[in-house]
Amino acid sequence: MSIESDVQISRPRGRLIEARNVVKSFGQTPALRGANLAAESGEILAIMGPSGSGKSTLLHCLAGIFTPDSGEVWFDGRRLDELSETARTKLRRTAFGFVFQFGQLVPELSAADNIALPLLLGRTGRKTAYQKAEAWLDRLGLANRAGNRTGELSGGESQRVAIARALVTQPKVLFADEPTGSLDSLAGEKVMALLVGVAREEGATVILVTHDARVAAYADREAMVRDGLVTTPSDAAMAR
Amino acid sequence: MSVPLTLLGLLEREPSHGYDLKREYDAFFGRGKPLPFGQVYATLSRLTRDGKAVAAGTEPGAGPDRKRYTITQEGVSEVETWLSEPVEPEPHLQTVLFTKVVLSLMLGRSAEHYLDTQRVAHLQRMRELTDIKRTGNLVEALLADHGLFHLEADLRWIDLTSARLSSLAEMVRAT
Repeated sequence: MSIESDVQISRPRGRLIEARNVVKSFGQTPALRGANLAAESGEILAIMGPSGSGKSTLLHCLAGIFTPDSGEVWFDGRRLDELSETARTKLRRTAFGFVFQFGQLVPELSAADNIALPLLLGRTGRKTAYQKAEAWLDRLGLANRAGNRTGELSGGESQRVAIARALVTQPKVLFADEPTGSLDSLAGEKVMALLVGVAREEGATVILVTHDARVAAYADREAMVRDGLVTTPSDAAMAR
Repeated sequence: MSVPLTLLGLLEREPSHGYDLKREYDAFFGRGKPLPFGQVYATLSRLTRDGKAVAAGTEPGAGPDRKRYTITQEGVSEVETWLSEPVEPEPHLQTVLFTKVVLSLMLGRSAEHYLDTQRVAHLQRMRELTDIKRTGNLVEALLADHGLFHLEADLRWIDLTSARLSSLAEMVRAT
């Protein structure tokens, strides 16, 4: 049975996160040249574009990891780009979850430790944190891997642990940057089906960066980034 | 592949004779499959009958037919509509996609806009197939995968062509 078959799909409830005319350069190299993008609550949005187009930079600006040179980033009615680094760090820990292509798990820790880690950093009690971690491992079909270190997991299993770790704090937004980039087709599809399925169950908005159209097809809609600007082809086509 | 609309598009570029139209068609679109003369003249005859083109007198020349054909306003509208519409996404469309891109560039229309429109149509179809894959049985999932891989190949071609449009435009306009 599909993970989504019993799930009530969350309906958009208004803009949750938005980049307004965001400009970002690295030295003399412009990465974003006035990017505009908004995602609604509960929406799964794919950001596509060729290598070097600025799509990952846009994700990092939306997530408060990079501060724009100019422009605004709004989250849940607040200016994210005007927050202090401390406030942004707290927001990233409590309201955002992250899944990257690889390397985000702590290799010295077990799968359960990795999932419990953000809860422990957020001062959740140890017992509760590990109960939640075990529940997530069970939910993602990894109950028998709780004690394994990440080096003992396959690529697909590692990404499932990363998804659990990203969602265990019940974030409002899940940022995923090429989450299947290091996986083969079959493992990648399992990861995407799980990611989209559990994100919808949790009601999380997903901002997904990918160059892979088959991954983007899991999203509700796509936005294209070219030369540091966002074009939303579906809007352009509808306007015709 | 629509031969009548492609010939009509070539006529919009400039009035031409059947012989020259065939040569131009074969040079751009007839890779390994040249257009038979009979089909060219039959198509031009139908286009004339339907008011999409007019034959404006005959001239002596090397080819078998020296009627000079000119596109009508109705023909121009038909070409414009065809070039702006996305092709229904299905496997093996590259020839039609290619033709639309080259003709758009020849006629000074926006090939980039067409490619964006086509990309949207492809991604929408990929979303539908992905839904089938998520909710269907294994046979349905495998059939959906077959379509998805072909559409993905088209999309990769669309992205590559988008990145090379200015070079292609230069080549097409210089020919």
